[in-house]
Parts: sequence; C-alpha cells; structure tokens
Amino acid sequence: MSSVEIHSVVCEELNNIAPEVDMQSVNPSADLREALDIDSMDFLNFITAIHRRLGVDIPELDYPKLITLDGAITYLQKKLGGGNKG
Amino acid sequence: MTAFRMPSLGADMETGTLVEWLVKPGDRVKHGDIVAVVETQKGAIEIEIFQTGLIEQILVGTGAKVPVGTSLANVLSDEEAKAGTAAAVVPEAGAPPFAAIAVPRRSVGPPPPPIVVPPGAEGRMRVSPAARRFAQRLGIDLAAITGTGPASAIIRADVERIQAEAMPPKPKAAIGLNLDAMREAIAAAMARSKREIPHYYLQHDVDVTLCEEWLARTNAARPPDSRLLLGALVIKGVALATRRFPAFNGFYREGKFEPAAVIHVGVAIAIRGGGLAAPAIHNVDRLSLDDLMVRMRDLVQRTRAGRIRGSEIADTTITVSSLGERGVESLYGVIYPPQVAIVGVGKATSRPRVVDGHVAVRSIVTVTLSADHRASDGHAGALFLANIGKLLQEPEKL
Repeated sequence: MSSVEIHSVVCEELNNIAPEVDMQSVNPSADLREALDIDSMDFLNFITAIHRRLGVDIPELDYPKLITLDGAITYLQKKLGGGNKG
Repeated sequence: MTAFRMPSLGADMETGTLVEWLVKPGDRVKHGDIVAVVETQKGAIEIEIFQTGLIEQILVGTGAKVPVGTSLANVLSDEEAKAGTAAAVVPEAGAPPFAAIAVPRRSVGPPPPPIVVPPGAEGRMRVSPAARRFAQRLGIDLAAITGTGPASAIIRADVERIQAEAMPPKPKAAIGLNLDAMREAIAAAMARSKREIPHYYLQHDVDVTLCEEWLARTNAARPPDSRLLLGALVIKGVALATRRFPAFNGFYREGKFEPAAVIHVGVAIAIRGGGLAAPAIHNVDRLSLDDLMVRMRDLVQRTRAGRIRGSEIADTTITVSSLGERGVESLYGVIYPPQVAIVGVGKATSRPRVVDGHVAVRSIVTVTLSADHRASDGHAGALFLANIGKLLQEPEKL
C-alpha cells in the first residue's frame, strides 16, 4: 500500500471523528489531539478503525508514534511494508 | 390497554414534538424498543417504550407538539391482543384503514413520511428506520431512492448516496443535534442550578499510577476494540463509592432529598462545535469494566451523532465530568438539577509524591466534588472522595 493510500485512509478515519476539520490544512507534524481537538476515546476509536481497515496491530506502547499525521503514516507504512516483504 | 405517553426527559421539559413514529398500529413492541423520535431542547431523542404488547392505535401524528404526559399511542397487552379485536391485528386482517387511524390529530409539520402506506399493500416501501430518519431530516423523498438493502429495502447508505449526488461534498454534520437549542437548555439548567442549589466544593488528589500500570498490562493483550481507558475505571470507582454514600445519588425535589435506589451515572460528553450532553449509563455499579467501556464508547458515538435515547437523559442520578487528558488539572462541575452531586475528573499528570518515605514520580488525578449542601455536608463529601481514591488503588477489583 502506497503512502498516498495510507494517507487517504488515515485522513478519512480522522474525519469520521472530526468531520468539520479540513485535513488538507492540518500541519502534518502537529499533535493530532491538539489539531483536531480529540480526546482519548476519540484516539482509541481512530486506532480501532485503522486496525479494522488495515489489519495493523497497534499496541498502546506505540500510540506516541501515531500522534502526528506524518508519524502515523510513517508508522503504518513500516508495519504494512514489513508484512509485504515477507 | 395502556397508554404510551410523551415522557418527561428532564425536569425542565414541558412539551415535545413528535418527529417520527418507528412503529405502526399492529406492530409488536417489547420493553425497551425504540418506537418514536421526539424533538426536545436537548435535540432529537429516541424514545423507548416500557410496555410489551401490540400497538393498537396511534393518537398523535408526526409534527405535533404535545405536553409531557399526553397519550401518544394505545398499547394492548399480549392477553388483550389474543382476546382479539380486529384493530389489534390490522396488518393481517387489513380491517380498519391504517392511514385513517394512524394520524387522526395531525396538525402542523411536514407531510407524513411513507410510513403510513398500508402495510402489505402493493409496492410497499421497505425503509430502515435510520434511513427514514436521515431522509426526513434532509428533506429527501424516499420514493426517489432505489433500495440496496435486504429485499430491496432502502437503507441509510442509499440515502447518503442520494445526498452525496445532490450536493457538493461538505463536512458531515451530526443529525438530530440542534446546537442553539442545546445552548438554551444548558443555559436554563445551569442558571437554575446556580440560583437554587447551594453548592459546596471539595478536591482530592488520587494516585492513579496503579490504575495506569494495570491498564497497560490488561490492554497489551487486547485488540483496540476491547481496550479500556482510565475514564472507565474512574466512573466505576465513582459508582461503587456512591453505593456507600447515598447522599450524593438522587434528586432534590419539592424541598427534600430523595435518594435513588439505582446508580445511573451521567457522563458529560462534549459535542464538537460546542454543546454538552450528559446521558446516563444505567446501573454502573453492577457493570463489569468491559461492559462499562462498551457502553461508554457507544454512548459517546451516539451522543455526538445526535442519537440519545430518552431513558438516558431522564433518570441520571449522579454525573461525572472529565475534560480529558489534554484538559486542566482540576474542574468543578455545576450540578445538573434535580441531581445533588457532580464529580469532576482532571487530567492525569506526573507529580512528585512521597511513597514509603521516598519521593517518587506518580501519576496523579485531581478528583473534585460539587455537592448540594441541602442534601449532604462536607464531612460526608470528603469521605466520599476519599473512598473513590481508595477504590482506584485496587483497579483489578473494580
């Protein structure tokens, strides 16, 4: 899965939680919790949705790596890429 | 025969507007079924029925605004239905014309949705309740939609498709939420609270390090959809403490405090774009943490989508408010009348604490209590808060 596709899935799921936010205007290195005004429940719903759609297991310990848009895409790409190589 | 009445969804509600019927004469209903949608100041609320039996007759049509207590429909018990009047088995017998008895008092409001097409008639449109509600709110004609659901039923996705075709893409707004009306309702309730309720305030710092460690261990083995949050532990702790301190659970009405026999915890939920609702989770003290977490997730999602049920806003016995982990260290809530207490939960922060004679970095949450001085005193309040703190030292027992 390309980073463009991952980007679109991530933005779509974040938009399901914060429908009024224009994801294009979100700074890719900003803390998503601040930028989107989401709480721990929202973040858990986001992780749940990503897990469901991409099949990526995201342990709690890795949450900090997904706190920015860039970070989330890099993390997911690594996880998905690693799986495909094998 | 019993009457299904416009419920009171809060002390300040006098009337409600019937927006939609989800049942028709002849339908079987059971305790807890959602049978109608009512528009109130708090938004569109799904109304449950607490009788089991057969809808005999619908007395109030869509669009009608009626006082609390008005009979909305007649319900036959199973025995009465068996004893059998023709009206009780309308769809099969096709006896009295359904449309004629369906809306005898329809006054103002939108034209009736296709719900009044006689059941069993040729070309009856099959529409899921969610799709019908969605279409009605958007003003979309259901007749123009081709259904893709089971037996060609129109489902919500079909309505969404038509909507997407009809208008340029824009951010999805929650249906059933009227933020202006919600603001008015908050203003009225909070002004009344500050006018009538002599609040007193206490705060207590609770070490939640053990909770966080327990959560980390528990969640490590779980997929995301069954992970727990600290908030669930705190709400359970509050409910268990409430059992021991009944002076914080109940209602102050007509000059006296009425303790509640059950513990229905209202969870304050922020609505995006402004606004707040505090629907209740029932019998929290008797729920497992897993069940409580499932209810919390469901409630937050439905509240933000504007789909709260009547029973969830009518009978809250105590409220918990948390501004989340990005919020402030402490908050003091304003009691929602006629309740007598609200527990405020600040964000967890790392703070130095003395543990066994040594300074250690611990995760601390400041828990506050705003309580009605007519119903309780500070001494009991202090014990109540301390008990919440104590319960949170043994998360595995919650």
